[in-house]
Amino acid sequence: MDFEVSEDRRMLADSLGRYLSDHYGIEHRNAVAYDAPFHDAQKWRDLAELGVLYALAPEDRGGFGGAGFDVVTVFEQLGRALCPEPVLPQLLATRLLMASGADLEPLLSGATRYAVAIGEIDAPYAVEDITTEATDSGGGWRLTGRKSVVYGAEAADRILIAARHAGGIGLFEIAPGNADITAYGMIDGGGAGEMFLDKSEAVLVAGDAGAMLQDALDWGALALAAEAVGAMDAANAMLIDYLKTRKQFGRPIGGFQALQHRAVDLGIEIEQARSITILAASRMGTQAQSRSVSMAKNLIGRAARLVAEESIQMQGGIAMTWEYPASHYAKRLVMIDHQLGDTEFHLERVMADLRPAR
Amino acid sequence: MDLTYSPEEQAFEAEVRAFLNAELPAELAEKVRKRRELTKDDMNRWHAILNAKGWLAGTWPVEAGGTGWSAVQQHIFEEECCRANAPRIVPFGLKMLGPVLLKFGTKAQQEEYLPRILDGRDWWCQGYSEPGAGSDLASLKTRAVRDGDDYIINGQKTWTTLGQHANRIFCLVRTKTDGKPQEGISFVLVDLDTPGIEMRPIRLIEGGYEVNEVFFTDVRVPVSNLVGEENMGWTIAKYLLLHERTNIAGVGFSIEALEQLKSLATQVRRGGKRLIDTPLFAARLAEVEIDLEAMRLTNLRMLADAQKKGAPGPETSMLKIKGTVIRQAINDLARRALGPAAAPFPSEALDGNAALVPEDHAANAASYFNNRKISIYGGSNEIQKNILAKGILG
Repeated sequence: MDFEVSEDRRMLADSLGRYLSDHYGIEHRNAVAYDAPFHDAQKWRDLAELGVLYALAPEDRGGFGGAGFDVVTVFEQLGRALCPEPVLPQLLATRLLMASGADLEPLLSGATRYAVAIGEIDAPYAVEDITTEATDSGGGWRLTGRKSVVYGAEAADRILIAARHAGGIGLFEIAPGNADITAYGMIDGGGAGEMFLDKSEAVLVAGDAGAMLQDALDWGALALAAEAVGAMDAANAMLIDYLKTRKQFGRPIGGFQALQHRAVDLGIEIEQARSITILAASRMGTQAQSRSVSMAKNLIGRAARLVAEESIQMQGGIAMTWEYPASHYAKRLVMIDHQLGDTEFHLERVMADLRPAR
Repeated sequence: MDLTYSPEEQAFEAEVRAFLNAELPAELAEKVRKRRELTKDDMNRWHAILNAKGWLAGTWPVEAGGTGWSAVQQHIFEEECCRANAPRIVPFGLKMLGPVLLKFGTKAQQEEYLPRILDGRDWWCQGYSEPGAGSDLASLKTRAVRDGDDYIINGQKTWTTLGQHANRIFCLVRTKTDGKPQEGISFVLVDLDTPGIEMRPIRLIEGGYEVNEVFFTDVRVPVSNLVGEENMGWTIAKYLLLHERTNIAGVGFSIEALEQLKSLATQVRRGGKRLIDTPLFAARLAEVEIDLEAMRLTNLRMLADAQKKGAPGPETSMLKIKGTVIRQAINDLARRALGPAAAPFPSEALDGNAALVPEDHAANAASYFNNRKISIYGGSNEIQKNILAKGILG
């Protein structure tokens, strides 16, 4: 048994962490995260140069990582800094295009930014529920429907879209100009958009894409779990610091047992969150991938909300303000549960597969 | 045991309902229902409508221009207002300062200020908390030093709600630095036009502006603006907090919010199913309804008790704790009901064809984040637990 992080991954974590704390501090982060285009093109190039995107794909596909732990390494650092850059859609696109056999270099170098449009208003999480339609009446594929809350839609050069056709669910690619996109900012930072497709021209990537979409969504959920672990660590460090320094009734408030026990409870939940994320990372590419990811996303949803709510409550009014970074961490931690399946969605998936071990 | 209102109370309930039906402007109710920010004019407009009916000061005696309502009548009025999505009465003049002046103010102060609160000439705000004095309010440091017929005030207040609309502020200030901290505090009235006062907005977590910091630099206030005696401010502050606690359970808010949530859960779909038909979400919804039903009765029991005894006691802390926890649980479900669609900033751009969520629900996530404040302000839930623990364990 060995829980040590490999030398390569530690180096990536260190250099990425250092870059983000030096160049993507909370003030810059808030300036980017809450204003269009919700993306800093120079910082994106810097991140790509650090190898953040190459770490998402294996060597035989032009990357230098591609394992569960590589994804966890990258996203934990992004979460720690609340980085709003659209790395998550790039990861989803990497997994999807890997499965299709396409050349990944434009993606891994960061030159081509992707958005991935799967969810719809009435089908926010489950691929099998989507209704956007793809038809081919001889002159090429056309897509009709609405894709909802597409992360990074405004900054994207290309968009991958899941749509239903006569033979099942397929994966298509379009240029953003071929869809009508209403872009907006999100309450926890970053940008997304509504995509209106009305016989929009598209290129078929894969006709039978159900399994690859599920795989990509699993990887995305793993990334979000890791992002939450990084953000929880940072939020918790802020809280502990506050408990030690804020004085009321003549002493640091961390001296009150009522708060001490709650701070310890948060610490326990964060370690549980870290463990389930490590477990899921270790099972990527195995039979247990989907179930383990769902376990992680469910636990993360509960833990992240607890950390968000308790850190606001214990720090009090100050954590309710825009100026204090803890509020932005709290928002991200809560809203991660609204991406790629919430606690209930993933609980149902685990419930559907409850077997006695013997 | 009889859980129903008396015939007179039932008649009053019907009268309130009819009044709201006839007089509450639809556009105000819509703004409240959609949790849009109300302007100063919106709030003043509603106050004026209530004042014309003689229903603005629910907690004041008739002689002072109030309603003379019993505790149960006040409760009925609050609950019906919530149900109808009426704007909340701005509490600082009507529910906080008014009762304080009636109890501790001089006749001159009562005659000067009470009518101005009723007709809207004065908008009061509250100067209690300081950056270093939150839960430990008695440690406040804003200093008032006597100079002839004036006090000279220096210091800083914070979390002053809707101070941007106010022309006056009531403050707790330190008038004595030796002895127990509670014994050196005074309650003074300050005109915000006085030189040396600066108000700065604080932006909140979800992006809104409703609280402020207030800075005092050599602000001269006549000694006649002292309420009660010098150094008895703590007694007044405690009296005020007790008054702030009527309707502290916020049951009316929760009932209305739960209704909206249920309606939302019948509109939102997950695949082929309505959200309300998915067992996991329905279970959470049912649990919070159970808690709220119990809370409604706990609130009424305490109300009946207060009516008998004449004043609410420390058990109102229980109402504050459970009431805020339930409201926050409903806010949580209203946010998560929307799934990914909860994420966009509440924005005009997503109205009409681009609308992403059922009408009235675009601000659900913002409301969830904003309402984290209700377990912090007015004495945090931790402080309420200290009060209850002291009552049980000594």
